[in-house]
Amino acid sequence: MEKTIKGKAFVLGDNIDTDQIIPAEHLVYSMSDPKESQLYGKFALSSVPQKESGLPMGNIPFVKEGEEFSEYTIIIGGSNFGCGSSREHAPFALMKAGVKAVVAESFARIYYRNSVDGGFVIPYEAKEKLNDVISTDDEVEIMLNENKLINNTTQKVYALNPLGDILPIIEAGNLFEYARKSGMIA
Amino acid sequence: MGMTITEKILAKGAGKNSVVPGENVWLNVDVLMTHDVCGPPTISIWKKEFGEKAKIWDKQKLVIFPDHYIFTSNPHANRNVEVLRSFAKDYDVQNYYDVGTDRYKGVCHIALAEEGYNIPGTILFGTDSHTCTSGAFGMFSTGVGNTDAAFILGTGKIWEKVPESLLFTFDGELPSFITAKDLILRVLGDITTNGGTYRALEFNGDAIFSLSVDERMTLTNMAIEAGAMNGIIEADEIIENYVKERSEKSYELFQSDGDAKYKQKYHYKASEFEPLVAKPHSPDNVDTVQNVKGRKLTKCYIGSCTGGKLSDFVSAAKFLFGNEVKVPTFIVPASTAVARQLEIETVSGVSLKEIFEKSSCVVAQSSCAACLGGPMDTIGRAKDNEIIISTTNRNFPGRMGSKKSEVYLASPLTVAASALTGEITDPRDYM
Ligand code: SF4
Repeated sequence: MEKTIKGKAFVLGDNIDTDQIIPAEHLVYSMSDPKESQLYGKFALSSVPQKESGLPMGNIPFVKEGEEFSEYTIIIGGSNFGCGSSREHAPFALMKAGVKAVVAESFARIYYRNSVDGGFVIPYEAKEKLNDVISTDDEVEIMLNENKLINNTTQKVYALNPLGDILPIIEAGNLFEYARKSGMIA
Repeated sequence: MGMTITEKILAKGAGKNSVVPGENVWLNVDVLMTHDVCGPPTISIWKKEFGEKAKIWDKQKLVIFPDHYIFTSNPHANRNVEVLRSFAKDYDVQNYYDVGTDRYKGVCHIALAEEGYNIPGTILFGTDSHTCTSGAFGMFSTGVGNTDAAFILGTGKIWEKVPESLLFTFDGELPSFITAKDLILRVLGDITTNGGTYRALEFNGDAIFSLSVDERMTLTNMAIEAGAMNGIIEADEIIENYVKERSEKSYELFQSDGDAKYKQKYHYKASEFEPLVAKPHSPDNVDTVQNVKGRKLTKCYIGSCTGGKLSDFVSAAKFLFGNEVKVPTFIVPASTAVARQLEIETVSGVSLKEIFEKSSCVVAQSSCAACLGGPMDTIGRAKDNEIIISTTNRNFPGRMGSKKSEVYLASPLTVAASALTGEITDPRDYM
């Protein structure tokens, strides 16, 4: 597991649901074919209403027109990130777009499990509401060992909740690797 | 210390005498359900992780219902059904309900009930967030993603964090024109889409136990709209009778102890309820129909695992009987069994299907259809900036198709009354 995750922040509002993360019409693509599965990255966050895409200004596309990857590696959300459907395609799409971690005030259960068990993106809970104080395009850095987020643009530091019980799964890579390491499966 | 029904079932599934909220446990899964959207990626993860020797832990416990993208020409969607079909064939999966055959059932959560897979006291995981619907049968049921499902497929086990429970008690009798949809919308308005996260929502009270099986499923179905892990209602005689008609399996009934600990208890007087809607764009953006009545509509939709059950259509038919709808109105029976019932059940001697057709509704084939938008050729899909009232469970931006559309969620009675006027209408005003 990398010790720090560094990159540009993309800021979203509260209650970002899985239909906004990856609209249902795209759920038909193969998730295992390397080329076809990149379409998930291309359409990641494509149903977020424009004025709420890339706060505080909004109107910032997460993935630029015609591209398949995003320039943003860290998403800053509010409360209840990932609510809605059980589609694992949601954290998968974010990973495909190039996201490494989502920092939010709280996560919806299935999204949270999927992020961790699938080994797609790290879901980090912030101790305070960060989508009000961080702006899209800020350069941020997550220190995993210290459970903190540094905003290099504003020089502010924020505490994150330790990953706790799920840390061993994240460290192993995904649920299967974890189960292998602990001898549950061969 | 007493336990809630959810804690008792999880303790049994974990092979323990007791569990406490917050504890992570490994559960033995009784049934794993999947469908055409999440089944193929689940299978591919399972094959990749378990390799050549990948084995289904217990074939009888795997149930596959293609239901989401069925009546479409979208090649990718059709390929997904093809993947399920060959998987079922290659691995001899008996509980596969293929499209285009008379085994086809329609929406998974309703089909699970109809086909006798919902058994009190058991543990069901499904690759669909509305798997919580089955909690109406006094069982633990919840949604998971593909990786978790692939893990279950190979091992029959999965980890889960024991949830705290919230208890919702509805005393007294429901007034006429109030349905389970109005009850659950009220709960959502009160606790918000975040209020149930990592929690169990337990429902009880006279008003709940007077509800039909269909109506109980409407309540537990939308537990996930509060972010809940599961929704649950203790099984009573009504449930036992329903189960016995469909399954020969033995079952165990669990009840919450009198001294069980709840994170919070909510009390409602059923008699004080009035018709409610969830306004765009969130199921917790709840208001009374009285406050939004008159809003002009472009489309009405009665369908899905929430609002496409027989009881929903019986309610709607009473309004539509002998009347003409003012805006395009879609009738989408959740399952093929419900579709057949539409031809059998009558109101004043006329079949429900005929009532709908005579009132100019479009009666569609059973599937998830426009509940989640779906491919472009999906029947009833939201276009442009349509304004829709629907009996479905979600109205997030773009959920029914177009990002620019606005969706109001309401009971089948409210939707039917609104279909007749072309604007949001209180069913009590219409009669
Ligand atoms: S009917 Fe709608 S909510 Fe129900 S399973 Fe299908 S898509 Fe999901």
